Amino acid sequence: MGELAGDKHVKYILCVEKKKDSFESVVMEHLRLNGAYWGLTTLDLLGKLDTVDSNEVVSWILQCQHESGGFGGNIGHDPHLLYTLSAVQVLALFDKLDVLDLNKVTDYIRSLQNEDGSFSGDVWGEVDTRFSYCAICCLAILKRLDLINVEKAVRYIVSCKTLDGGFGCTPGAESHAGQIFCCVGALAITGSLHHVDKDLLGWWLCERQVKSGGLNGRPEKLADVCYSWWVLSSLIMIDRVHWIDKEKLIKFILDCQDTENGGISDRPDDAVDVFHTYFGVAGLSLLEYPGVKAIDPAYALPVDVVNRIFFGRC
Amino acid sequence: MASLSSEGEDWRAWVPLSSRPEFAAVTPLPQDDGPSPVVAIAYRDDFRETMDYFRSLYSSRELSPRSLLLTSLAISFNPANYTVWHFRRQVLEALDADLNDELEFTERVAKGNAKNYQLWHHRRWVAEKLGSDAACGELEFTGKIFCLDAKNYHAWSHRQWVLHALGVWENELDYCTQLLEEDIFNNSAWNQRYFVITKSPLLGGLKAMRDSEVDYAIEAIGTNPENESPWRYLRGLYNDENDGWLNDARVPCACLRVLKAKRNLKFALSTLLDLVCLGFKPNQEIRDAITSLRTSHSGEVGSDSDLAKSICSILGHEDPMRANYWTWRSGRLPQAAEV
Ligand SMILES: [Zn+2]
Repeated sequence: MGELAGDKHVKYILCVEKKKDSFESVVMEHLRLNGAYWGLTTLDLLGKLDTVDSNEVVSWILQCQHESGGFGGNIGHDPHLLYTLSAVQVLALFDKLDVLDLNKVTDYIRSLQNEDGSFSGDVWGEVDTRFSYCAICCLAILKRLDLINVEKAVRYIVSCKTLDGGFGCTPGAESHAGQIFCCVGALAITGSLHHVDKDLLGWWLCERQVKSGGLNGRPEKLADVCYSWWVLSSLIMIDRVHWIDKEKLIKFILDCQDTENGGISDRPDDAVDVFHTYFGVAGLSLLEYPGVKAIDPAYALPVDVVNRIFFGRC
Repeated sequence: MASLSSEGEDWRAWVPLSSRPEFAAVTPLPQDDGPSPVVAIAYRDDFRETMDYFRSLYSSRELSPRSLLLTSLAISFNPANYTVWHFRRQVLEALDADLNDELEFTERVAKGNAKNYQLWHHRRWVAEKLGSDAACGELEFTGKIFCLDAKNYHAWSHRQWVLHALGVWENELDYCTQLLEEDIFNNSAWNQRYFVITKSPLLGGLKAMRDSEVDYAIEAIGTNPENESPWRYLRGLYNDENDGWLNDARVPCACLRVLKAKRNLKFALSTLLDLVCLGFKPNQEIRDAITSLRTSHSGEVGSDSDLAKSICSILGHEDPMRANYWTWRSGRLPQAAEV
């Protein structure tokens, strides 16, 4: 089995940040805050966050904030919960949460809860359990969960439970590992995991491991490195991660590395990107791979960062 | 709307916006990436020009036909840019545009971008405004998407919304059957089938549909016992009704048929395990079938004295990737299961 090319991945991420003329960077303009979260969290997990000038990042993030309190994916873009969560997570990485006008951000998040407990992603009203996670994770990091109706939020998520024990984007939708992470994560953060049928869901999740050792997100779909995160984190939150073959999964992730130029792809021999590089490294972190810092499966932040938020300085 | 005709524009014949009369008075506005960009952005020329003009009109919130044109161009370059879509909706509302044209526009964007969140959200916004007139068209639209990718998560979500909000349930069960005939492994279609039988106001709900659906699932299992979806569907038909589940003789019969064929045993065995754990007493034929499997899989005949334990041990061999799971199941068998 190969080894994690950590230094190469660090180089790759630092280089993507500065890359000129790449189509990837153009199409990512609007979600640069997500990109910053993926890249910077990966650097932190690999112990290299100090190679980045935190003041620059923080001042840029603050410019992405809209007058409504929410954050856009970049300067001049409309606010959305997806980017608001990334902004809060990156500020948490740098221990800079205190730069936030707390009431402003939390008012924005609170304003997006609907009567049935669900959350819209922004003022345009799209509803999805992904946004429930974004709102709940954000407010928990900011210690202001009391501002929303948690009971209703939980009830909505539970209404998205499927016959196989998983969760979908809305009531009746198919189980999908990404949505399961969001729902289980939100339930974990709110102390509501008793709503999860852990044995049934655990079996469905471990059935996602295919011959190659990789994980898929739904039955009969191809394995993909990003599901290493979504499936694994869910299994850990419900305490069933030992049901999969960890060694085979580690091998699958390592096989998706570009060992020459750094970066990790969705599956072996595909082109690498920041998104899959983050999910690959985060997956290895959950698998306790040596040399990678531990990541918290619910908050999707390094464990030391989460400890700093909730238990003071570490 | 005449301006929309240029969406089909041939990119090889790109006319720079700076040379187009309708944009003469617009000052393009480059992306501000902050004082020292975290990620420096470089643009292809035509893309950069489009976005610079877009930003200019967006920052002044100019709700005009040329803004609509610019959003079309910007979307064709990058359909994932949600800010562009937001602005487009504001323009459409201000111009009181014909939303049927917008359906055509989104359908064109969908070609090649069928997994784009913004596209589907926008389509939903348009369909919501058009109301019940849009219902059949929306089912057709998702149908076209499923011809290319029958598991497109966004399209399924959209279709469920259409059924729910616009109430066009008449043919949905047949549609599920059709998709499952095309691909019996399509988990999305199985999920949709469950959605229909539990939610359609025309079918009488799960209890009314259960009997015929058990037959349907068992038939699918008969042809492909390795197919995870019908097994889970079958169990879902008796969700929270363990008595019914235990007393439906068709289920152990289906399992037995798979056991006798001695291939693709996993779900048949795990279903029997589930039943036995709930108190089901297997007949001699099933016990013999399991015993014969046991001897063919493990050298130590008779080392497993109880049936459920045997099932777990066979499953551990059948499904080594999840050996830990089956060992765990074996370790927590209820006393009642020791038959
Ligand atoms: Zn992926």
